[in-house]
Amino acid sequence: MTRQTLDFPNVESLKRLALSESGFIFDPVTGNSFTVNHTGLALLQLIRQTLDVGQITKRLQAEFVIDASVAERDVSEFAGLLKVNFQ
Amino acid sequence: MNAPEKILKPWTKPSLSPHRVGVMNKFGAVRQHHHQDEVDGVAIEPLLEQYGSPLFILSEKTLRENARRLRRAFATRWPKVRHGWSYKTNYLNAVCSILHQEGSWAEVVSDFEYHKARALGVPGSRIIFNGPWKPSAILEQAAREGAQIHLDHLDEIYALEQVAKGLNKKVAVGIRLNFDTGYTESWSRFGFNLESGAAMDAAQRIASSEWLNLTGLHSHIGTFILDVRAYAAQARIMAEFMEKVEAETACQIEYLDVGGGFASRNALQGVYLPPDQLVPSFDQYAEAITGALLEATRARSAAGQPLPTLILETGRAMVDDAEILVTRVVGGKRLPDGRRAAILDAGVNLLFTAFWYNHEVKPLRPLDGIPEETVLYGPLCMNIDIVRSSVMLPPLNVGDALMVRPAGAYNNTQWMQFIQYRPAVVMVTQAGKVEVVRAAERLSAINDFERLPESLRVPFPQGLPE
Repeated sequence: MTRQTLDFPNVESLKRLALSESGFIFDPVTGNSFTVNHTGLALLQLIRQTLDVGQITKRLQAEFVIDASVAERDVSEFAGLLKVNFQ
Repeated sequence: MNAPEKILKPWTKPSLSPHRVGVMNKFGAVRQHHHQDEVDGVAIEPLLEQYGSPLFILSEKTLRENARRLRRAFATRWPKVRHGWSYKTNYLNAVCSILHQEGSWAEVVSDFEYHKARALGVPGSRIIFNGPWKPSAILEQAAREGAQIHLDHLDEIYALEQVAKGLNKKVAVGIRLNFDTGYTESWSRFGFNLESGAAMDAAQRIASSEWLNLTGLHSHIGTFILDVRAYAAQARIMAEFMEKVEAETACQIEYLDVGGGFASRNALQGVYLPPDQLVPSFDQYAEAITGALLEATRARSAAGQPLPTLILETGRAMVDDAEILVTRVVGGKRLPDGRRAAILDAGVNLLFTAFWYNHEVKPLRPLDGIPEETVLYGPLCMNIDIVRSSVMLPPLNVGDALMVRPAGAYNNTQWMQFIQYRPAVVMVTQAGKVEVVRAAERLSAINDFERLPESLRVPFPQGLPE
């Protein structure tokens, strides 16, 4: 069964990030910068809009070739990565 | 009119890589992670399907080329050269047989290795017998069969003297020396020390023996030696000792055995430069050793005395790059510090050398995504099971195959039957055929040696509570 919510970092801390279309991220609070790949960028933009995993998965499937179970797994892992870097 | 169907984009694992300052390699030499999907023209993926993962793959072509390069490097610089294949480095029968076909003798350090060489058809007279313990039965066999025995300590001199007396045969022997080259840590636990006078005492003791004849000097100055000047010092010191022994005793030294220790193209942990920039070639080692020998034996040559045979026991540098380990990713996770980790189906049980090398890791196919720092764990339920503690790799999926190399030295001898079965070893022959040279282990490989007492044969006797 798909979980409805994940333990994402604070949405406000994600919303403050400056994102470029090429995958460059700048965090104005810490001064750190990052590179995301194209799926990471898509996911980050989705997470800034909603924390509902079902919604995120559905929208990813509308954009990419991906199974729901793989999407849930990868979203879960990416959420952990965001927490480490932007909490 | 129907709307055109939307084309979905391919999915790759999302990745996020922090930018770090100060981790650039100022020499610019980043170890590349280009993919490699074949060994000598044979595709690896079908081999994994057929023989299972993990899988060791040997290249006969590389091994033979290495043997020929070593021989060429030394034989073009010194009149008499011999190579003894160090069995402990890799004693798979196929590896030993290839090197014997290339002219190498067997260099063994135990009764087990001696038996293995004999079982392969190597005559005793082409076995170099080293090591600090030679049980009496094998010492007698070696003496009877004319093996080149290198004595390690005083008790062994007396033991072999008794054996020779029993055989009523005068036995030719060498002694192992240890000394300070000024470049490497002296391995003083093996052989007779030169500086203390123990080596000359041993030579004189043998020279006075009715049953032993000192004909050779052996030393091994260490392992993974990157400074060729250490070998030049070793060769000079041994040649000078040869002159001294011949001057003070009636012995005629016929050979100098400089042992092994040449570095392979592997990356030692804690070493900054990559192996391509650091590891000397066979020609560089040969130039250092033979240059020093020519210098030290100039007077001998001028006097018309015979030059000693130069013996090498090169192991690691011969076989390391002739074998790879292929392993599959079986799982992945994020560590609490944000690093990515992958779990492989091969660990330190198979890749013992992961304790001291940062092996090169290459995917079998091009992987999408940005490389990021990754920890590669093995499958053992043990905290020490780390194949690479940090390697830059693109995102990995379950089932992705990785090549770990070089893996030919010490892994097929020091691997452990621990928790997991040991996998098959296959060899790509010069003709492009694939031969299994060691079958994958089954339960019987372990259980056949065990004996279960009759009283223990029912695991859950009646009457035990559920």
